[in-house]
Amino acid sequence: MYRYDVVDKTLVNERVAQFRDQTRRFLAGELSEDEFRHLRLRNGLYIQRHAPMLRVAIPYGLLSSTQLRALGSIARRYDRGYGHFTTRQNIQYNWPKLEDVPDILAELAQVEMHAIQTSGNCIRNTTSDHLAGVTPEELEDPRPWCELIRQWSTFHPEFTYLPRKFKIAVTGAAQDRAASQVHDVGVHIVRGPGGELGFEILAGGGLGRTPIIGQVVREFLPREHLLSYLEAILRVYNLEGRRDNLTKARIKILVKSVGLQEFKRRVEAEWELIRDGGLRVTEEEIARLRSFFVPPAYRRLANIEPAVGKSTAFQAWYRYNTSAHKVPGYRVVYISLKKPDVAPGDITDAQMELLAGLADRYSFGEVRVTHTQNLLLADVEQDETFELWQALEAAGLATPNIGTLTDMICCPGLDFCSLANAGSIDVAKLINDRFDDYDYLYDLGELEIKMSGCMNACGHHHVGHIGILGVDKSGEEWYQITIGGAAGADASLGQVIGPSVAKTDVAETIARLLEVYVDERRHDERFLDTVRRLGVKPFKERVYAAPIAA
Amino acid sequence: MPRRLLRDGRIALDDWSYAAEAEGNPDAPLILTLAQWQDQRESWLANERRRLGVVLLPAHKVELLTPDLWRLTLIGAEFSGPGEGRGYSQARALREQWKFGGELRATGYVRRDQLFFMARCGFNSFELPDADIDFAYAALSTFSQAYQPSNDAGLPLKLRRRRWDIPASA
Repeated sequence: MYRYDVVDKTLVNERVAQFRDQTRRFLAGELSEDEFRHLRLRNGLYIQRHAPMLRVAIPYGLLSSTQLRALGSIARRYDRGYGHFTTRQNIQYNWPKLEDVPDILAELAQVEMHAIQTSGNCIRNTTSDHLAGVTPEELEDPRPWCELIRQWSTFHPEFTYLPRKFKIAVTGAAQDRAASQVHDVGVHIVRGPGGELGFEILAGGGLGRTPIIGQVVREFLPREHLLSYLEAILRVYNLEGRRDNLTKARIKILVKSVGLQEFKRRVEAEWELIRDGGLRVTEEEIARLRSFFVPPAYRRLANIEPAVGKSTAFQAWYRYNTSAHKVPGYRVVYISLKKPDVAPGDITDAQMELLAGLADRYSFGEVRVTHTQNLLLADVEQDETFELWQALEAAGLATPNIGTLTDMICCPGLDFCSLANAGSIDVAKLINDRFDDYDYLYDLGELEIKMSGCMNACGHHHVGHIGILGVDKSGEEWYQITIGGAAGADASLGQVIGPSVAKTDVAETIARLLEVYVDERRHDERFLDTVRRLGVKPFKERVYAAPIAA
Repeated sequence: MPRRLLRDGRIALDDWSYAAEAEGNPDAPLILTLAQWQDQRESWLANERRRLGVVLLPAHKVELLTPDLWRLTLIGAEFSGPGEGRGYSQARALREQWKFGGELRATGYVRRDQLFFMARCGFNSFELPDADIDFAYAALSTFSQAYQPSNDAGLPLKLRRRRWDIPASA
């Protein structure tokens, strides 16, 4: 993985000093609430319902075991013993004290981590495919490009005060595991006309109040121009994006209002002015960044079938929580953070430290964060998966539900977030209580439930096969249900099935949707495909045919 | 009492006046609003004696001024509040695309916390409140490194930069 050099180290340390001084000035009354808000937000610090929330960046989801240990240690000493992984591969602490935050940042800096630009109206953490470098279906490892974008976007002098937040995702595989089409900019590694690798650039995607799938602004961009092209997009957005209305300030609204063709024209005109300037990426720099992401020292192994003869519990876990690796004899292992009685994405300090040790023992000392709020060990020898499973199982980290109904994406909701209209963690709990039969879950197959406690859509509900959005109805928590959304290469936005339902009726509503699916599915069709084939109507009819007796 | 500001890395007394401040002093260097400039553009262009400047608001396109850059020795960009960011792009366009070499001044909401970024975008003078002005020079050295090529004329120290940050022509 990428290691800081003196430039990176110095910058992060200087940021800690800057933020320490800003915090001191705020506590001394020299900065107003509003002034400090703009500063702290650009450093990942929200003031939440109960306490500040600190969001720490995990660039493109990659963590060393040392970093994970440090995150665990911070959770224990500065928080209440846990952290929460988000849909953008970051980790959030929900209970730090404001006056402790500079010390937390200093500790993070020691392990080459930071909270720079994890919130606020600026360029956020660059996210990527959690299977980068190990998936067999990849054109090229996107992580060197992510790191390049991370550096370019960090303290960008021109783009730190944008109209609104700005999120970039990069993928290099046919399957899109980074939800790149619902990002402000999606960067896809593609082959150009001569077979050379470059980028397809999408812009204007996003969720929130106005969900939109990103559109292609450039079909093929030679790779040396990546940064100048991003700079052109950002400059057009910084100058033209709306600043008078927070809900219309994302780049998607600009692209929509001027139209794709006009937006492209403006970007290309800006790009012509700067394309051959100082942002051109040299071959040496590409080679330097690539050198950080060379494959680890894999052993020469044959593929085996480790589940044979083992317990059914291990077999289920192996089937659902591991996936193919491009190197024979290796397996990708998912660590489910979706245990039924735990808030989705939450992990304790002890679990983090245990996982760090398991990463050292079984997976070259690296851990990854997925955008679906799970972790993974990317390079595990098949032969060692049983031993690993036993260790995970003992720590409550082997819930065999990856890709199934209970592998829900879920925002922190009303329990923590000051923006939320409704709870989401407690709804996840109700769903878990209702769907606790693994045979049924496995029979349903691939199913993505995504839940947000408000319009801001941190839980990506628009692109859930089943989406759940918390709404406030005269002080009560209600839930609007959508179906047919998807975040992958076939991204689509879900459609609302009808009037919102009460909290206690959410699980029954889902059960009715699934009844229709089970009745109507053809062969191996996923729930999503059945919805796409039949439309919303039969699902809607079943859900609202009879009142739900809670 | 003339205003204090940070210019070219030094605290200086402002030798420029805004229109309301310049009454009775027809030769004082004068900063106009864009409307004041446009209303009497011909006569300002014809007046060869007086040093003139214009302040752009965030929504103004720099192209409104670029035909007249030869006549202007100061351009200001006003920041309307702590979240305003268009001035950064205006500054870079003026410096890098239009090669404006005069005084580029940040006005409005300008605080030490934004100074480093402003300076990297090409601003070389800053109207700061009294509470911040004595900390302003130090703020220009908040960071000693940078990842991006930019216009660092306003910084006292040369930043160490990344390898890819070398123009292709160099």
